[in-house]
Amino acid sequence: MTERVLVIPCSGIGKPFGSIGRDATFRVVDELRRGRAETNCLSLLVTGDEEAVRQVKDSLCIAVDGCPMECARKNIEMAGGVVAAHMRVMDLLRENRGLRPREVTFLDGDGEKLSAILADRIAAKVDELTEARR
Amino acid sequence: MKLRPKVGVVSCSGECCGLGTLSRVATRLILEGVRPETVTLCLPLFLAGDSGEREFAQRFPTIPVDGCHKQCAKKAIEKYSGPTAADVDVEALLNKWGVEAPADRRVLDKADVELAERVAEEIAKRIDWVQGGWDA
Repeated sequence: MTERVLVIPCSGIGKPFGSIGRDATFRVVDELRRGRAETNCLSLLVTGDEEAVRQVKDSLCIAVDGCPMECARKNIEMAGGVVAAHMRVMDLLRENRGLRPREVTFLDGDGEKLSAILADRIAAKVDELTEARR
Repeated sequence: MKLRPKVGVVSCSGECCGLGTLSRVATRLILEGVRPETVTLCLPLFLAGDSGEREFAQRFPTIPVDGCHKQCAKKAIEKYSGPTAADVDVEALLNKWGVEAPADRRVLDKADVELAERVAEEIAKRIDWVQGGWDA
């Protein structure tokens, strides 16, 4: 089992929710928990890339899903990985009804706010999983 | 009378680097204005869920937009739905143009957005070519 936590977003492209999950993931792996969390292409799992499958099997994974199809969680599990935590953007929207993200390509203000909230939660989960392993 | 089929565009998810973000943004620019009649499909759904994605790609011409040479979108479409109508390899395009990939995978700067627009033009050329082949 690797030391780093693997965060995999669905990167859904049709609605803002996938963009929010993707953006939040990058905030975590490139800024908030750089060096302690990493990500990889969900597409590689979809195509059965051996290296990606091995990485998923060897890591504690956090799935970040935009919509109820839960593609990130399902693809991690299909690859034989363990989903240690599951974050859903739809849940976040229910908790923050005042925020209404509309833009997909480049997040608008509400999308950025939701991304920041989600990133903090993912970062906290990374800490929790890392601590639990010690 | 000219019959033009719907065309699907499938971007790789490309979380590993700026090339994936470029593919994704270029694909979105197609939908948002360059060729708004186009349909996009979520690549992870090919494996994980709604079989409608696979069926669409079986029935309509579909163009994968891949960030890197691994060409995950193209491979997934070929695996689950059959041959692609055309394809875009963003890494190869950037090599051909002699330009660097975006340094930041989360936030694209002005030059990166202009690059995404250029990639979108390449996607549009392939859409036009595919639809041209269907003229009746």
